Amino acid sequence: MVLRGRMLCVLLTLWIGVAGTVATGTVSLSVEPQQQEEFVPVEELEPEDQLPAAPLLVAAYAFAWLAIFVYLWSIWRRLAHVERELGDVARRMAKR
Amino acid sequence: MTQRLFLPLVVAAAVVFAVAPLLIAWAPYESTMGLVQKIFYFHMPSWAAMFVSALVCGVASAFFLFKGHATGDRIAAAAAELAVVFGLIGLVTGPLWARKAWGVWWQWDARLTMALVLWMIFISYLLLREYGGPGSEKLAAGVALFGMANVPFVYWSVNVWRTVHPTTNVVPTLVPGMRIALWWSLAGFLLLYTTTMMARVRLESQRASLDRLYRDLDD
Repeated sequence: MVLRGRMLCVLLTLWIGVAGTVATGTVSLSVEPQQQEEFVPVEELEPEDQLPAAPLLVAAYAFAWLAIFVYLWSIWRRLAHVERELGDVARRMAKR
Repeated sequence: MTQRLFLPLVVAAAVVFAVAPLLIAWAPYESTMGLVQKIFYFHMPSWAAMFVSALVCGVASAFFLFKGHATGDRIAAAAAELAVVFGLIGLVTGPLWARKAWGVWWQWDARLTMALVLWMIFISYLLLREYGGPGSEKLAAGVALFGMANVPFVYWSVNVWRTVHPTTNVVPTLVPGMRIALWWSLAGFLLLYTTTMMARVRLESQRASLDRLYRDLDD
């Protein structure tokens, strides 16, 4: 009787172990990448997935640099103009 | 003092901007956006410089309005122009990033709309000074105070309202490679802002000297 009980416990433990392994295997199989059944042309992707990133990145950095250089040049040009005018007026005042 | 600092600051800004592309290139790719996310390293610092400029403009305008400091008016005029320039960089680089990340150039959500309004407030400041006639400096100073008051709302808008724009929590959670590239670029933009501000304030001071000389010549 005791022996039958022990055998039952061992079988139950084995069954739980096997069931657990199978279940884990099923789970691990489900996270593996699925087999590809068709090739999707790039034109059929969503617009944001089709768009190449590099031109947008280059455009963003190019615009930032262009804006900075144009602005620095404009300050330099305006400063040179005002300082030239300051010199002219100072000379006119000195002549009076 | 200001003139002595100018050249070292220009050299420092040039060095920082020369190294920045390397750090940006070495920064890891973001998992969902990939390459286009690297616009972030110029986009966010340009807005940071814009916010700093808006705050400088507001504080300087307050000094001009309530204390009558002419220097405050000159600093405010310079800061407003820089706020427009750095804001423009942010407004152009943002949609270039959004086109790939969100699939649209622009979204009329709370953050983007408020940022555009903030930029337009400083455009209106400059237009008012240019075409407002005599006394327009004081009206423009009042506009600058509203511009400055708008800055915290624009900053917090992503955390308060539902918007497609990333929240402010992104920055503290950056991985080291991304963090270094961002702070380095930010340092570069703030150095550039400081040096440009110094040159721009000098332009305003020289204009004021010229006006004084013309008045003396007329007397």
